[in-house]
Amino acid sequence: MILGRVTGNAVAVEKHPCYDGKICLVVQPVDPVSRKDVGRAFLALDAVQAGEGDLVLASREGNTARQLAGGPDDPIHSVVLAIVDRVEIGES
Amino acid sequence: MELARVMGTVVADRKYEGLEGVKLLLVQPLTSALEPTADPLIVADRFSAGVGQVVWWVGGREAALALPETFVPVDAAVVAIADEVTTGGKTVRP
Repeated sequence: MILGRVTGNAVAVEKHPCYDGKICLVVQPVDPVSRKDVGRAFLALDAVQAGEGDLVLASREGNTARQLAGGPDDPIHSVVLAIVDRVEIGES
Repeated sequence: MELARVMGTVVADRKYEGLEGVKLLLVQPLTSALEPTADPLIVADRFSAGVGQVVWWVGGREAALALPETFVPVDAAVVAIADEVTTGGKTVRP
């Protein structure tokens, strides 16, 4: 899983039917400590009603994404699966 | 899934069985602000995306699931043609 921040969403009219009615979020991976952007943003379907600004856990792996956001034969490869409340580093 | 802009087409007459009629696009990966980033790649496309259009593409095993024949040797495929991308409150219509 990847720690990231939801920075927005993407909209498409012409799309694979498995994306109908689903929300496609833009997720920017962030460093767990500094919370600064690392790497490039990607698209992920929303499984937890996340919104812009939320710190989230996203999976970029097809099996997880298909289980949470679609069916077994859907071309979905990434999903937002949790809204993160806090990250504890070291002894709490 | 990621965003990319269509740069052109790759034409291959002899292709693996099951890929007949599947278009191959050369695409440029984009940031969420739709700026070019990383190296171009080839994606399979059943949506007839045109040059200049922005697409969502999917990688891995799921790529083939976006095509009419779903057991084909493809590791990247178009799943949608983007109409709007909003990040940081700013909406871009490609």
